[in-house]
Amino acid sequence: MTETAIQFEHVRKSFGNEVVIPDLNFKINQGEFITILGSSGCGKTTTLKMVNGLLKPSAGKIMVNSQQISELDLVRLRRHTGYVVQQIGLFPHITVAENIAVVPRMLQWDQEAIKQRVDELLTLVQLAPAEYRDRYPKQLSGGQQQRVGVARALAANPPTVLFDEPFGALDALTREKLQEEIKQIHTALQGKTFLFVTHDINEALFLGQRVMVMKDGRIEQFATPTEIVSHPATNFVRELLGTVQQNQALWRDFND
Amino acid sequence: MTQQIIQYFQNNSSQYWQYVGQHLWLCTSAMLIAMVIAFPLGYLGSRNKTIANFCTLFSQVLRIIPSLALLFLLIPFLGTGYWPALTALVVLAFPPLLVNTILGFNEVSPLYKEVGSALGMTAQELRRKVEIPLALPYLLNGVKLALVEVIASATLATYIGAGGLGTLIFTGLGLYDMSYVVIGGVSVALLSLLAMIGFDFLISEVQKNDRNSNSV
Repeated sequence: MTETAIQFEHVRKSFGNEVVIPDLNFKINQGEFITILGSSGCGKTTTLKMVNGLLKPSAGKIMVNSQQISELDLVRLRRHTGYVVQQIGLFPHITVAENIAVVPRMLQWDQEAIKQRVDELLTLVQLAPAEYRDRYPKQLSGGQQQRVGVARALAANPPTVLFDEPFGALDALTREKLQEEIKQIHTALQGKTFLFVTHDINEALFLGQRVMVMKDGRIEQFATPTEIVSHPATNFVRELLGTVQQNQALWRDFND
Repeated sequence: MTQQIIQYFQNNSSQYWQYVGQHLWLCTSAMLIAMVIAFPLGYLGSRNKTIANFCTLFSQVLRIIPSLALLFLLIPFLGTGYWPALTALVVLAFPPLLVNTILGFNEVSPLYKEVGSALGMTAQELRRKVEIPLALPYLLNGVKLALVEVIASATLATYIGAGGLGTLIFTGLGLYDMSYVVIGGVSVALLSLLAMIGFDFLISEVQKNDRNSNSV
């Protein structure tokens, strides 16, 4: 029996007079890799930020591991929820190892355990610990920085990890490589819930076990990639899929 | 004149060092007091527009008043000697400290604050681990500018009886003995220069790792 990791019940979010999310309902099971797909301004990042309390819903209930987050200590919740953003946001004044160790340190792990964990994570994201541990973020390429960003999010072994377009600013080759790796990491770590926001349909379909397609703060379709491709629920989903097909058509022309 | 300067140091070196000591003590105590007040105030100013506006206005008004005038203005209230001089120097150190503290905390990218809180930092941890280290180069720059200002203005504090290297300058002017003026003047200039070089070095050390890192 799978447990529910994240649940939204009639969640509404407005900024001033502007309603970004009118009424959002969904359930995510523990251990799922979910991608949220939508164009900019559709409310996908807002949705993500409500999961770790960076934004508060205007109305409705958000449950994480069957507990309503308005009743949880946000600091505690966030220390057990990984967070990766597009701009990466490694702290520039401390080393790679110190960046990864931020959360374990706040949780007061002992020095030896932290050191071990940092090396373990660097290995997991394919950076040689001896070489990268003591570097500063500016001494890394964008792709390497985001690997460290992922390692930092995973540091304290959180059951849930949130990704906000983490690979959006990377070049196509690096992005593809990191997509492969993040998928492997999700499989290897078992039981972790990944919630991954993207505007790239290929990324969403490749990574997600289920894909949530959003438009104007509403869910257009929430289903497996196969289901979405074979039975698009709305015109919007069909249009999105159309962009992929258009691409494929272009390639066919090239190859002929 | 070189002869006279050498002679002065031969006969009065203990007096000279006493003046240097007085000068440094006056500057250091003024700086410490000013920093204790200006850093927290500047931090608040970076988050609250009203406080920021007040600080800027206050700094601008202070800039119009000459240091010497400020020193004399305090005599009716505090008399002469160390305390009014200290008060005047503290006030003079405020503008550069405040302006740079506000600037420094404002320059900390909201991204780092968001990531910090998303990682579960409390407001205090965020301040200690993210905001202060990233604002530090600006804070140090404020200290540098204030210190240079204070070292120079402390010369005038002699006028209200607070001692220091200014004593040499004014004695020299009074006796029409240029060697005193040169000794006093050059010493003050050297102190300012040392303070400036020292802080520039410190600032470059502190921000060695965080430049060019805002770009992805």
